[in-house]
Amino acid sequence: MMISRTNSSNASGGSIASVSALVAIFGVLALIIAGRTIDHAMGIQAMTFIALATAFLVGTGMWAGNLLDRNPFDESRYEDTLVKFGVFASMFWGIAGLLVGVIIALQLTFPNVFYFPELGWTNFGRLRPLHTSAVIFAFGGNVLLATSFYVVQRTCRTRIAGGMWPWFVFWGYQIFIVLAATGYLMGVTQSKEYAEPEWYVDLWLTIVWVAYLLVFLGTLWKRKEPHIYVANWFYLSFIVTIAMLHIVNNLSIPVSLTGTKSVQVFSGVQDAMTQWWYGHNAVGFFLTTGFLAIMYYFIPKRVNRPVYSYRLSIVHFWSLIFIYIWAGPHHLHYTALPQWAQTLGMTFSIMLWMPSWGGMINGVMTLSGAWDKLRTDPVVRMMVVSLAFYGMATFEGPLMSVRAVNSLSHYTEWGIGHVHSGALGWVGYISFGALYCLVPWLYKKKALFSKSLVEWHFWISTIGILFYMISMWFAGIMEGLMWRAYNEYGFLEYSFVETVEAKHISYMIRALGGGLYFSGALIMAYNLVRTALGHGAAEPVEAKPDPYATPEPRATLVLAE
Amino acid sequence: MYEALSSFAQTGGLVYFVLMFAGALIYALWPSNQDTFDRAAHSPLDDKGPGND
Repeated sequence: MMISRTNSSNASGGSIASVSALVAIFGVLALIIAGRTIDHAMGIQAMTFIALATAFLVGTGMWAGNLLDRNPFDESRYEDTLVKFGVFASMFWGIAGLLVGVIIALQLTFPNVFYFPELGWTNFGRLRPLHTSAVIFAFGGNVLLATSFYVVQRTCRTRIAGGMWPWFVFWGYQIFIVLAATGYLMGVTQSKEYAEPEWYVDLWLTIVWVAYLLVFLGTLWKRKEPHIYVANWFYLSFIVTIAMLHIVNNLSIPVSLTGTKSVQVFSGVQDAMTQWWYGHNAVGFFLTTGFLAIMYYFIPKRVNRPVYSYRLSIVHFWSLIFIYIWAGPHHLHYTALPQWAQTLGMTFSIMLWMPSWGGMINGVMTLSGAWDKLRTDPVVRMMVVSLAFYGMATFEGPLMSVRAVNSLSHYTEWGIGHVHSGALGWVGYISFGALYCLVPWLYKKKALFSKSLVEWHFWISTIGILFYMISMWFAGIMEGLMWRAYNEYGFLEYSFVETVEAKHISYMIRALGGGLYFSGALIMAYNLVRTALGHGAAEPVEAKPDPYATPEPRATLVLAE
Repeated sequence: MYEALSSFAQTGGLVYFVLMFAGALIYALWPSNQDTFDRAAHSPLDDKGPGND
């Protein structure tokens, strides 16, 4: 008995010590930078890092002090506390990111009211990347961390690998978010869309991400299930590809080791191509394959039916990942990029329609024989509607990638509408569905606090998305046509400001739609917190005799020896 | 250089993708894999906890 305890606490102590040492080393580096920098923003970033790293180390120390009588990384149990943290981090960042979205929508609608020249950090140019990064990387990223940690343990029937390292991944990722977000507000950016953080934040994220990859691979490695379930393939492709994209697109040389500024290694059209290879695959591998993994686990689990066709899921996976990686050049039609590369990007974008719809059909048809759940279970409805939006956005996307269509749609609000039908409809709804599933499962509750609040969330948000999309289609096509309108003498018919003015009503409707969607997320957060607290219908699941509450027979044998 | 690269991307890429896709299709449709896939499809539904192998 004593021996096995000591061994396991040694192993857990090892990962706690190595994580603490790594964070401490970076804390010391940040201290040196803070002391030597002449860059005001870098000083603040370094001090922020030191504060967060210290909080992490003190928290870990206090927690580790209580570990003498128990093993925190008990192999006979799943690591669910980490998933609970991920769920609440997702809710927090989701609300923050959507709120910033509503604010910038209002800034565009009423620029005279929401423009504060004396507060530079509230400028649209600072808040817009804050919004995109908050919703994609902070909200979406935390949903993916939480669900991937949940799913990989369940489908591999083993506890997450790496002891303290998954916690490093979680907290390290939150530190990345805070550094990136506060940096944007101070104007620290490398001006690459969706890759705005500067070199030192990129470096930190690389370490966190490699740890994430190793934790995920380590869990797959010690799995008790011979076959790797398809959701894990999607998660793995997301983790591996994001690592590759992040590293290549952020190849830059810092101007000074104590300053925020860096210079890109590529220049000109090579830089543009690398950026949009990154940018489009952030859509493909962050916002698509990661969330398809959620679809492949949570929809079958929620409706208690196996996925419609496991064979289709394999064809779906391989064709999707092989085609997506080539679609980036469609962001660079009519630029200095060679025509053949533009055509290549356009062709692969059109080909993407097939795996996208194959996956959508696979998800929707999983409900075969359980269609009544669409009416009775609003969480299932939310996830199925997310697939409908996925199908619509992945039909619209290839259409917009066609060069002739792109000549009308590019740089207009149509693009914004397209992105948000994917982001609000697909990514948002599948994430909300997963969160609604996870909280009762994690807290062992029979149901959510209130089903009717889920109905309210669903309908308010759906109306919000429709307002958003339709107003942006209208504004986008209108301004695209206005930009290319000539008068009888061959001059442009409209000045640019006239095309902006014409969008005012559309902007009002869009802000209203965003506001509705944001309200829906608030309702969800309230519902999930009440569920975790066990209020309303969230009664505890009756305590069945839990076979895992005590050591399994095999472990008892070891103890007897 | 440019000619060589673009012809590689176009012709070599085509062959590579057709072979990869054929490989994935053959694996997915191979009849004897049916049992594995059926078991895999059901595996999330009968999750009993770690160490229960």
